[in-house]
Amino acid sequence: MKIRHTDRRDRIELQMTPMIDIVFQLLVFFIMTFKIVLPEGDFNIRMPLPASDAPAAPSELPPLKLEMLADDQGKLRELRLGNLKFDGEGRFLALHQHIRGLVEDEGGPGTGVEQEVEINADYGLQYDFVMRAITALTGYIDPNGVPHQLIEKVRLSPPAEAP
Amino acid sequence: MRLTKRQSYEIVEGDMTPMIDMAFQLIAFFMVLINFSEVEQDQRVNLPSSELAKPPDAAYEEPLTIQMTADETILFGGQELDLDGLRNAMLVESQLTKSYSDRRLADVTVVIRADLKARAGRVQEVIKIAQEFGYETFALRGRQSDTSTLGVP
Repeated sequence: MKIRHTDRRDRIELQMTPMIDIVFQLLVFFIMTFKIVLPEGDFNIRMPLPASDAPAAPSELPPLKLEMLADDQGKLRELRLGNLKFDGEGRFLALHQHIRGLVEDEGGPGTGVEQEVEINADYGLQYDFVMRAITALTGYIDPNGVPHQLIEKVRLSPPAEAP
Repeated sequence: MRLTKRQSYEIVEGDMTPMIDMAFQLIAFFMVLINFSEVEQDQRVNLPSSELAKPPDAAYEEPLTIQMTADETILFGGQELDLDGLRNAMLVESQLTKSYSDRRLADVTVVIRADLKARAGRVQEVIKIAQEFGYETFALRGRQSDTSTLGVP
């Protein structure tokens, strides 16, 4: 006897068209709503308006004053911390080293938190230089990628009159 | 003579599998990267870069973003303003904040996104306006940089 093995399973034809429609719809939606967000970070500064009649807060350390003078193009002409002048290509690096020495000599890292620096920048100075000065003052990242805090209290002196 | 025209249309079925594979790959890619958060970032603002600029650990409770382009136009709340315009807008904003009982002006973080070519005095005037309305906490925003920006003249 011969057994006929008739395989009568029909091939099920999948309807691909609606799926592809939806897939493309989704694709177009995600492409349209896609926006590139660049990584950004913040420097936090607390800067309330100084009360006019209140006595100045008693501070053990007088604030350091960082003077930033601009030339007529808005570039940094002179960088001065108190009486100390920083010149040349690596002036921000020199400022940073000075601050680092200042802070870490006073009994190990982490004690510079109390020190305050006031940045007095010319009106016409490009904002980029102010940011670099803040970077030099506030801390550094060591070769292992660990951030260290130097000076926490940075404030900007009130703006001078527009030229 | 008889000409028999034998038509043999055959349905050519291309292989759809690779295309669908790719389409799903793309969908997955965009789905993962999509960002619905309403970050205020204007492409006209070219931020100064700094290696210390780190994103905040937690999102600010009450951020208030003020942006300034290189030509010192102030972008605030979807409007292009000058300093007087900003003062008016901030007046409205601060009164709005005060009208909520559970919010205080001191809780608001004013995020300053200023272009690196903008004048520092102008940025400080923006900060001063915010201070006049009682805002205390500021965040100066910079672009993250992997290399040190200190050595650059």
